[in-house]
Amino acid sequence: MIEIKDLHKSYRMGSNSLHVLKGINFKVEEGELVAIMGSSGSGKSTLLNILGMLDGADSGDYILDNVPIKNLSETKAAQYRNKFLGFIFQSFNLINYKSAAENVALPLYYQKVPRKERQEKALQYLERVGLKPWADHLPSELSGGQKQRVAIARAMAAEPKVLLADEPTGALDSKTSYEVMDLIQKINDEGNTILIVTHEEDIAHMCKRIVHLKDGVIVEDKKIEQVRAEQYV
Amino acid sequence: MFDLERWQEIFDTIRKNKLRTFLTGLSVASGIFILVILLGFGQGMRNGIENEFKQDASTSVWVWPGVTTKEYKGLNPGRRIQLVNDNFDMANTMFKSDIEYGSPRIFVRGVNVNYGKEALVYGVQGVGADFQFIENAGMIEGRFINYTDEVSTAKVAIIGNKIKKDVFKKVDSPIGEFIDISGIPFKVIGVFKEMEDREEERIYIPITTSQKAFNGGNKLNNMSFTLPPAENFDQAVAQAVNFKNGVKSYLQQAHIVAPDDTGAIEVWSAMEEAKRFYGLTNSIKIFFWFVGVCTIIAGVVGVSNIMMIVVKERTREIGIRKALGAKPWSIVGMILHEAIFVTAISGFGGLIFSMALLELVGPHVEVDYIMNPSVNFNAAFSTVIVLILAGTLAGFVPAWRAAKVKVIESLRDE
Repeated sequence: MIEIKDLHKSYRMGSNSLHVLKGINFKVEEGELVAIMGSSGSGKSTLLNILGMLDGADSGDYILDNVPIKNLSETKAAQYRNKFLGFIFQSFNLINYKSAAENVALPLYYQKVPRKERQEKALQYLERVGLKPWADHLPSELSGGQKQRVAIARAMAAEPKVLLADEPTGALDSKTSYEVMDLIQKINDEGNTILIVTHEEDIAHMCKRIVHLKDGVIVEDKKIEQVRAEQYV
Repeated sequence: MFDLERWQEIFDTIRKNKLRTFLTGLSVASGIFILVILLGFGQGMRNGIENEFKQDASTSVWVWPGVTTKEYKGLNPGRRIQLVNDNFDMANTMFKSDIEYGSPRIFVRGVNVNYGKEALVYGVQGVGADFQFIENAGMIEGRFINYTDEVSTAKVAIIGNKIKKDVFKKVDSPIGEFIDISGIPFKVIGVFKEMEDREEERIYIPITTSQKAFNGGNKLNNMSFTLPPAENFDQAVAQAVNFKNGVKSYLQQAHIVAPDDTGAIEVWSAMEEAKRFYGLTNSIKIFFWFVGVCTIIAGVVGVSNIMMIVVKERTREIGIRKALGAKPWSIVGMILHEAIFVTAISGFGGLIFSMALLELVGPHVEVDYIMNPSVNFNAAFSTVIVLILAGTLAGFVPAWRAAKVKVIESLRDE
């Protein structure tokens, strides 16, 4: 599903150049649930941004679902993001003046899905994350866990190939974190490919594979025995 | 523009951001409101000034004598020139084809005017029948002096409207009442109205009567004429200058005055004055255009300022939309679409409100030099269009920049 070869990225800070990714190689198969771990500054967020086509790499190859992602125009990148990727952010990033259902329906708007169908689909996905009764609530009326579940529903609504989650539990307490992870595991069980950036060991161990980043290179890449989040909920 | 989905999305945004929309709309509407009121008062000022100058017939030419300042043909300087009936008749004959109306005038001095037991302190002037047209005096009641009065030296008087209001309060109409001028009863036959109160404090009697009854002999104090209307302004000015020089030259010869003596015979033509005045209104026009353009620029700056704030406020939302797959152009389109919609609605709202205010209040404004402030609808309409277009153009830059900002950066913006 995802194939990365010798990926390099450096940031220019005035006259200095900061080499963040120093040759990353890895592959993700369909249906995997991968945790990308590392301390801050290890390059994990940069890697996720490149995977999310929010940022471009300096050199190396990135192939997503057999499509090479390189030198994309803004418009093309937007199209691919809409078609291939779903994002889950640490700070939820819901649009605060739109109700839960409208937030979930938004990626469908950019897929040019008609309004009625959008609304139906949005409710369907809200039901899957258990928030159908809150469909008409604004984000400010929801708890942190609920907001993240709306965000997950929104990421799912576009039916992407890959879900990218950047510290999805970073802003939540541990009980809510496990609820969210439980949801993510269930979505993964249905065959969706998910990448999670995290620095929490327990969250990482709820994935099926852990990739350790340090100073811009992968130092460890291992399959693990998945801990089910269900037991903590 | 005709994308229904986009419209729905925009109405959603507007409905859920009522305060922001209201404030944006309010500032646009008030900008246009101020502009229209300003333009309206500019026009009002022009109207007012035009009106101040309109009192006398615009083609009138006035002739009055003075004192010679130069020695000429053995005559000493300092000689007082006296116009006589012959001068007027001769001028009338000589320039017959150039003149529309003409009237001599005498200021009758040393007379006592009484109405019943009341002494009146108004000036008495002997004038010809044509004087009505030269002064642009409007008759409210009765009639002005006519040729029959002149020929028959009728003892009739025309009074100003102010005299009527001040003196003839007790009677329904002053027509038919008698006033006493130095013991001679004059019948009031008309009441005239002028733009200025001062000019309504006059009593006109036939010129012939004033000469006969009050020892005027054949002397005149001044003469006035109007010229027929010309095809255009420049021609009218040329005509006036031509006539002025002709009359002056004739009178200088008749009274043996040096041709270059400026003091002895004075001729004033309203047309020449008008030329200066037209220059003045042109400057005023230019000034108000300048003010208007500055206001539009201020409006454009204001609108773009609002746009920048709106975009700034929505940076995060734009980042989210882009992460969800919005193309840059769809972001620009969304922001501009909303901006144009709000600007247009509130712009025309401000336009309609200010025009209505001018329509309602304008005719009641009674201040010197401001009359009936109004605004040309087409001018105001195109101003609004210009403002919307310019605002859109100005809003395009921040919108485009916002759409270009990297998603990560806009999401980082808390």
